[in-house]
Amino acid sequence: MTTATTTETATRAPSVGTARTRVEGVEKVTGAARYAGEIPFAGLAHGWLVLSTVARGRISALDTDAVLAMPGVLAVLDHRNAPRLNTDFPSMLGMRPDATCAVFQHDRVPHLGWPVALVVAETSEQAREAAESLVVHYEPEPHDTDFTSGRPDAYPLDGFMPAVTEKGDIDAELAASAVVVDAEYTTPEEHHNPMEPHAATAHWDDGRLEVVDSNQGATWVVGDLANLFSLDPAAVRVRSEHVGGGFGSKGVRAHQVAAVMAARELGRPVRVVMTRRQMFTLAGHRSPTVQRIRLGADADGRLRALEHRALSHTSTVYEFVEPSAGVARVMYDADAHRTENRVVRLDVPSPTFMRAPGEAPGSFALESALDELAVECGLDPVELRLRNDAVRGPVSGLPFAGRRLADCFREGARRFGWAGRDPRPGVRRDGRWLLGTGTAAASFPAGAAPSTATVTAHPDGDFTVRIAAADIGTGARTALTLVSADALGVAPERVRVRIGDSAFGPAMIAGGSMGTRSWSWAVKAAAEELRERLALGADVPAEGITVRSDTTAAIGALAAAERHSFGAQFAEVAVDVTTGEVRVRRMLGIFAAGRIVNPLTARNQLLGGMIWAISMALHEEALRDRASGGLVGADLAGYHVATHADVPRIEADWIEDPDPDDPVGIKGIGEIGIVGAVAAVANAVWHATGTRHRRLPISPDRVLAAGAPDA
Amino acid sequence: MREFDYRRATDVAGAVALLGADPDTRFLGGGTNLVDLMKTGVERPTRLVDIRELPLDRIETADDGALRIGATVTNADLAAHPEVRRRYPALAQAVLAGASGQLRNMATVGGNLLQRTRCGYFTDVTQPCNKRIPGSGCPAVEGEHRNHAVLGASDHCVAVHPSDMAVPLTAFDAVVQYETADGPGELPLAEFYLPVGDTPHRETALPPGALITGVVLPPAPVAARSRYRKVRERASYAFAIGSLAAALDVRDGVVHEARLALGAVASRPWRALAAEGVLTGAPAVPDTYAAAADAELAAARPLPHNGYKVTLMRNLVVAVLTELAEEAAR
Amino acid sequence: MASSTSSVITLHINGEKFTLPVDHRTTLLDALRERLTLTGTKKGCDQGQCGACTVLLDGRRAVACLQLAVAAEGREVTTIEGLAEGDRLHPVQQAFLELDGYQCGYCTPGQICSAIGVLREHAEGRPSAVTDDIRPEAGPPPLTAEEIRERMSGNLCRCGAYVAIVEAVTRAAADGATESEEAVA
Repeated sequence: MTTATTTETATRAPSVGTARTRVEGVEKVTGAARYAGEIPFAGLAHGWLVLSTVARGRISALDTDAVLAMPGVLAVLDHRNAPRLNTDFPSMLGMRPDATCAVFQHDRVPHLGWPVALVVAETSEQAREAAESLVVHYEPEPHDTDFTSGRPDAYPLDGFMPAVTEKGDIDAELAASAVVVDAEYTTPEEHHNPMEPHAATAHWDDGRLEVVDSNQGATWVVGDLANLFSLDPAAVRVRSEHVGGGFGSKGVRAHQVAAVMAARELGRPVRVVMTRRQMFTLAGHRSPTVQRIRLGADADGRLRALEHRALSHTSTVYEFVEPSAGVARVMYDADAHRTENRVVRLDVPSPTFMRAPGEAPGSFALESALDELAVECGLDPVELRLRNDAVRGPVSGLPFAGRRLADCFREGARRFGWAGRDPRPGVRRDGRWLLGTGTAAASFPAGAAPSTATVTAHPDGDFTVRIAAADIGTGARTALTLVSADALGVAPERVRVRIGDSAFGPAMIAGGSMGTRSWSWAVKAAAEELRERLALGADVPAEGITVRSDTTAAIGALAAAERHSFGAQFAEVAVDVTTGEVRVRRMLGIFAAGRIVNPLTARNQLLGGMIWAISMALHEEALRDRASGGLVGADLAGYHVATHADVPRIEADWIEDPDPDDPVGIKGIGEIGIVGAVAAVANAVWHATGTRHRRLPISPDRVLAAGAPDA
Repeated sequence: MREFDYRRATDVAGAVALLGADPDTRFLGGGTNLVDLMKTGVERPTRLVDIRELPLDRIETADDGALRIGATVTNADLAAHPEVRRRYPALAQAVLAGASGQLRNMATVGGNLLQRTRCGYFTDVTQPCNKRIPGSGCPAVEGEHRNHAVLGASDHCVAVHPSDMAVPLTAFDAVVQYETADGPGELPLAEFYLPVGDTPHRETALPPGALITGVVLPPAPVAARSRYRKVRERASYAFAIGSLAAALDVRDGVVHEARLALGAVASRPWRALAAEGVLTGAPAVPDTYAAAADAELAAARPLPHNGYKVTLMRNLVVAVLTELAEEAAR
Repeated sequence: MASSTSSVITLHINGEKFTLPVDHRTTLLDALRERLTLTGTKKGCDQGQCGACTVLLDGRRAVACLQLAVAAEGREVTTIEGLAEGDRLHPVQQAFLELDGYQCGYCTPGQICSAIGVLREHAEGRPSAVTDDIRPEAGPPPLTAEEIRERMSGNLCRCGAYVAIVEAVTRAAADGATESEEAVA
């Protein structure tokens, strides 16, 4: 068989780059695919979290006796009886874990919706009723959830990048500019809301912990759980075969930790599933932002000054910064260039990564400001961006490892029919609708992180690939199948890819648009080495031949460069200024985003990002009540995400842009779809109506408040 | 959700008897609102009486031309009914604009009338709410009230009624029929919903223990040219932020008859009688429509963050009446 | 009359009978998932706001999270597990598979059951909120993308696979029409 394999490869066309349906597709369309909360366990008990009803204070008492007497109730865990956890360790992504996951460690309440107890019962109905019946007494304290631009207690925070970058004299360059734009943009608190709620089942067996979980990285979760419970990492296993969406929200959270505690306490498997409402305080969110942008340019549009200052909030128990100003460090250079990310600590739940953290709100502000500058300069918005296309990193001074932004704009403008666009706002009408078009640029970092993988050759000529990857809907399982097949020189049907199991060794999470690239690198390395061994004519024993890879050294050897995907976004909208309704009529995104492994799933994922942009531009807004400090309408009827009727036939496509330093040529496509697209919609609303919406979402009340265009 | 007894009624008298005088018993129709409220803890019944199998699932035309709609007719069947689509198109449109296809297949006409407000403070049992706990306060007045009432509210409650269906029913003078242990009764929809005042927890004039058995739509030729327009924060599957049911009969350029009801602006569907008064006998031109809207909205008392609704409703009245008049002229 | 908080019920699901005791609080969704290991029906919000739990009740789409199990006795329940005939996928399933009408897959069973309901409702001539002329004389509207989008709007997909889902429903409708499988009323 091994001989057959090698001869077969000489003529085999590559699988990477061909459209393939998902390898788990039949399971998903027949309902056979089992997600975390669906794996049966004998003797399963159900845990239900109890969340605080005050935004700040202390727990003074919990009336647990009454609840323990209720039918089916097995245990109540709270800060008085829960085991102590270790929270002083660097998590996989280099930060301390969010203290929100370290449940029941003290009596302090730092925000409304903080987990104060877990009630465990024989059935979920019993657990729910008991949890809702648990009376918790608080000593409330005054809370502060006011997010405003003038907070004196805001401070710069580094996060994943330096808080501040600065070159040149902004004020001097602004004074010398022919055209100046100075505007403030705001974005609201937003929530991930993957369709599958966070769910975990924990089970202890002879000192070993096994957790079936819905997460974006088994390695991440297994490491944090081992640290939190001071366990030998080898004694912990985390599995997540199918994951119903994540978008940044599915790391280590209260439900897993509470389930592990309860399972140990009771000596039986315990499942904890968040309710949709609980997800709004326990699953993280995107902070609201206030962003001030000052641009100064010569009359021909060349930027002399660019200042982007962003403020976001974080909780009192965790520091997370939404780095909105980071996008300016990649997109545009100027003689004076200043960017700054600051946070203010409030009595709110901890924010976290949410699809394109920083870039999504940051590009809304920056690309809206560019549109305003184009108007002020009397320049076409595409032309303005072409004139300011950076040749080196504006802050780093490093060369770009591929920057085909201008090509994206040219191709996009051609296909969208941009040429000859009348720049005047408020002059196109279709019945009750005013029409307009808008554009914006997109970028997202292209990175890779160390991962390990194994590839096993079986005597029958088939192969098994094992890697602790997560397919949260990206199509990673299918992409890795295609990459492995090419590296092995076989048809994809011969390769079985197994993912979602920490036992497969450390691997990158599905995040930062880095998952498929990082995993493909590891998978390819192992497969190529295996193929070389087989080429030597090795006999394959019954247990197979397994090769293991680790990409730590290879990735560490990458030369410093500005590595990003780029894109050009176009949108057409219709606005009825008498009702405030805004509808997107068409959209086009053209991307230079590395090698596309599977065009079928890639197009879907890029479109998904663009649909997130429609949703962010027009619908999404979590409303925080000042008096209670909590959200109002924290459910999917109160927090609107785009549905079918909001999404027209939109298009995403790409131009050739293989990454020169990646073994497969991948850059990553998980997030760039949303970047810039929000501004493209907002800019189109301006073109339709003449009103510049600097505050998201562009909801009917705001459109109505702006009134009709001057006729 | 606390434990509860479950009974299935097979006839109307039996259903009424099963409910009895127990304040903790509820009728279960489609369950699309009640079961949700039980999950959120707003409703905590100890017994449910399932009325889905009652023989109230018919839509019939009476001898006088009135349309009698049974209480357990699903929203989907109501919207699909040929007589409704032909004679009361705004009603079919309103039902189709509500909820989702799945929910319309489950929800019943009686339940739709009795659905509770979607105010975010009402549905969150950790918050004060005068509707849930009389005297506990109304946080919406000072808090988030972008989608709250601009008409007929009080300091005690500013919530809006969520039904789309009830808006055209109000415009078309529907009458609610019910059964009690003491016999049948009926209430015009105009009197069905109580004013808010200082008793927002008292929502309808239904006697205690009553079962809604149906809704009667009297003949209304004007309704044949009617329309429902709903504005919401996304294109579908969302509650209204403002809606309008309108019917217009124009003869020789003059408004002969008009019916208007506004949705999502008050604790009940808001019949616009003042506007109808201005319209009747006036020239069918946009200025008349605007004057009619202004006459109705003069009573509006917007809160700091929902004043847009006054603009929205004025614009909707003008736009929809203009469309109806143009349609008639074709 | 003695009251009780649980009942032994018989559910008809995918052509099979299941007799089980249920707590009256148990929804059809939880009965399927927790008691009958029919986990293909998904729980996204548990309050009728996402459509992930869509099943067919007596042939019409409904959300299982707001349907009490005890009240479903006597009704025919069809779930995602009951659509394929052996290895042969239902045309709607096949179209979702081939056109990539999903990403994470969690809303998918609900989208597919909903689409089957949509095709039936449309074949019966039922109008939607975007149907221009709803008079019965006008007949069923063409099943345009706009009609499909409106009718499918009760099914949220947070991954944003809407474009492919609409393409899949469009194809299934076309296939169903040519095969005259239940699509012709």
